[in-house]
Amino acid sequence: MSGGAKLRVRVDSVTPVNDLIKRFRFVALDGSDLPAFSGGAHTVVEMDDHGTRRLNPYSLMSSPADRSAYEISVRRDDQGRGGSLFMHRHVTPGMEMTLSYPVNLFPLDTRARKHLMIAGGIGITPFLAQIAQLDQFGGRFELHYAARSRVLGAYMDRLTAAHPSQVHCYFDEENQAIDLSRLLATQPIGTHLYVCGPKGMINWVLSSAEAMGWPRLALHHEEFLAPGTGLPFEVQLAASGKTITVGTTQSLLEAMEAAGVDAPYLCRGGACGQCETNVHKCDGKILHRDHWLSPEEHAANAKIMPCVSRFEGKTLVIDR
Amino acid sequence: MSLDFKPGAFDFFRDETFRESFTYRNSNPLRFPFPFDRDDYMYSVNMEPHVPGRKGTAFEHILDVDEHYVAEMIDRAKVLADDPLRCQSLPHMTLAGWDLLELIMEAKARDYPQWFSLTKNGNRWHWVNRPLGIEQSFTFLDESTLPYGPFEYITRQTQGDFSLQDERDNDLWMDAGMITSQADWSLDFDIGMSFMEWHAPVPLAHEKGVFDRALKFLLKLQHGAPVRRFNWTMTVNPLLDTAPETYPKWGPTKTTLTQENLGAKQHLRVELQSLYRLPRSNAIAFDIRCYLCSFEQIVTVPKWARRLHRVVRDLPDELAAYKGFLRNRPAMVEWLSKYDDGAPTSPGWWPDD
Ligand code: HEM
Ligand code: FES
Repeated sequence: MSGGAKLRVRVDSVTPVNDLIKRFRFVALDGSDLPAFSGGAHTVVEMDDHGTRRLNPYSLMSSPADRSAYEISVRRDDQGRGGSLFMHRHVTPGMEMTLSYPVNLFPLDTRARKHLMIAGGIGITPFLAQIAQLDQFGGRFELHYAARSRVLGAYMDRLTAAHPSQVHCYFDEENQAIDLSRLLATQPIGTHLYVCGPKGMINWVLSSAEAMGWPRLALHHEEFLAPGTGLPFEVQLAASGKTITVGTTQSLLEAMEAAGVDAPYLCRGGACGQCETNVHKCDGKILHRDHWLSPEEHAANAKIMPCVSRFEGKTLVIDR
Repeated sequence: MSLDFKPGAFDFFRDETFRESFTYRNSNPLRFPFPFDRDDYMYSVNMEPHVPGRKGTAFEHILDVDEHYVAEMIDRAKVLADDPLRCQSLPHMTLAGWDLLELIMEAKARDYPQWFSLTKNGNRWHWVNRPLGIEQSFTFLDESTLPYGPFEYITRQTQGDFSLQDERDNDLWMDAGMITSQADWSLDFDIGMSFMEWHAPVPLAHEKGVFDRALKFLLKLQHGAPVRRFNWTMTVNPLLDTAPETYPKWGPTKTTLTQENLGAKQHLRVELQSLYRLPRSNAIAFDIRCYLCSFEQIVTVPKWARRLHRVVRDLPDELAAYKGFLRNRPAMVEWLSKYDDGAPTSPGWWPDD
């Protein structure tokens, strides 16, 4: 069985949070408790988008102590592949859906003396669950949360109300920016840094921290790579003897599944390594979009991560 | 507070010992999880989904409770009384301890309702363990309501050694353990070590990439999808606690084997190891469940008799030395050879019906 255990759920409610973000609440179909999870975990939501199967990872934002329901927040991406559009337009209360068991690729380091959290936009969601967890078990934290504008700063009100001295908000529109060098220079020894947000922000925070001598093992980030859109391409599957075409809004992994090939996966976001596949022949260019393979492995083109990576060129033969 | 056992309510559980008088024996050898699915053995990444298996075997439920349960728990309590360091949990592992307590209580109450029950009213839980005569009301996630920390509390009532691995920095760290029935390794030595560090003494497997792949696999282990694997070694006398700390006590018994007493004294020691991702802590629980079976009892199953002879005879010296039976191997092979007529064996570990 690939992909791990699944959960059958019902959409309990859909709540608009602002112009771009909706919150979805899921309960177990049979009314039982959902599995417990840890702050920072995500679930993969399976969507049947009018015949196209989509699987998008979303961070769980509800309190890990609450097993009666899971909540996620989805930001509408009008330029994206359609997963978020499907969630916004077609997912309504009462609908039955399938989720993966929670998987945590962005856990808190429970030994940390202090947790320093930096969020950009919708990147706030894993921190909501982590903060709920710290509220319950204790643990010192500080959150710096940047959004485009006041109206787009989802959950800022509830965060600042509950933790007035630990939560700091910034708005691009008002030309406010996190004073990163000061922040990073003034943390107590034993602080762990967590960042989740747009790619540019993650790079900025991590490279600044590294340049200032932060230990690499104290730096944590989560960035879901939406499986990128791209030109259609053809792939030969050596083990199953099939040739498939990967469509514009499909990932290679999804195309294999649609062709009835049971390929392994877990995170579907280029992070976990589960889908790693050997390349037999590559006449063209693999567009590596994962965080798993090393730069040397990317250059060698002997492996591909089908959940996020694509191909441009004449022939690609892989071991599936 | 402490944990007082009041056993005796069920005939099913054997009144037996794993020390001095050594009255331990299996009621039914066919229940023994014989670990060899072919006539030879080498280390590999032998992991498969840990799903309930054949009825009437050690695989029927994810946590097997057998006739040795009560006696094993009494033995564990004695080991801990002599050496409290056999159970340790670093401060950041308490939540993982609660995760494990929940996993075990839920599984036992579900699979063995005649012996265990768990009732929940929000975080107010009530646990009944009838074989050990324990009844406890407590508040889930509140340590002050149990006589021990959650990890020690539940593992004092569960067969099998347990270690809890924290996951950090793309590695696993053995940051808690209840280790009283180990095959000659020490929790006190290994605590705080990483996956490669605690596996350092194992021969040949590193070179074969077994540990690289095993670690990669474990880091991806998902909640709700546990896995299992076998390990095995040899033990003279049905002794659960073969620790390096007590080696002077049990090591010399290896020199007492003769062709006359070998069948009764020499035991195949099988570890049915299962691994669970824990939900709240994101830690990994490692359950090392030890089963012992005397050679005498094993050879009552003809397929196992033939196969054990061949595996022991052909095992690479490095493995026999690491497992601590290089010097006794010739004697074992001599004894076992009487039960091997050279006939072919069927694939898989089940006895031929
Ligand atoms: C987190 C889970 C695990 C823990 C805590 C663990 C722990 C240990 C320990 C303490 C030893 C004894 C080392 C010594 O001599 O001091 C050992 C041996 C060994 N482990 Fe693991 N282990 C784990 C998972 C695995 C996995 C997944 C494999 C899989 C391939 C594996 C393969 C082995 C082997 C082959 C040995 C040598 C055993 C023998 O020949 O008796 N271990 N392990
Ligand atoms: S599924 Fe996780 S890296 Fe591809």
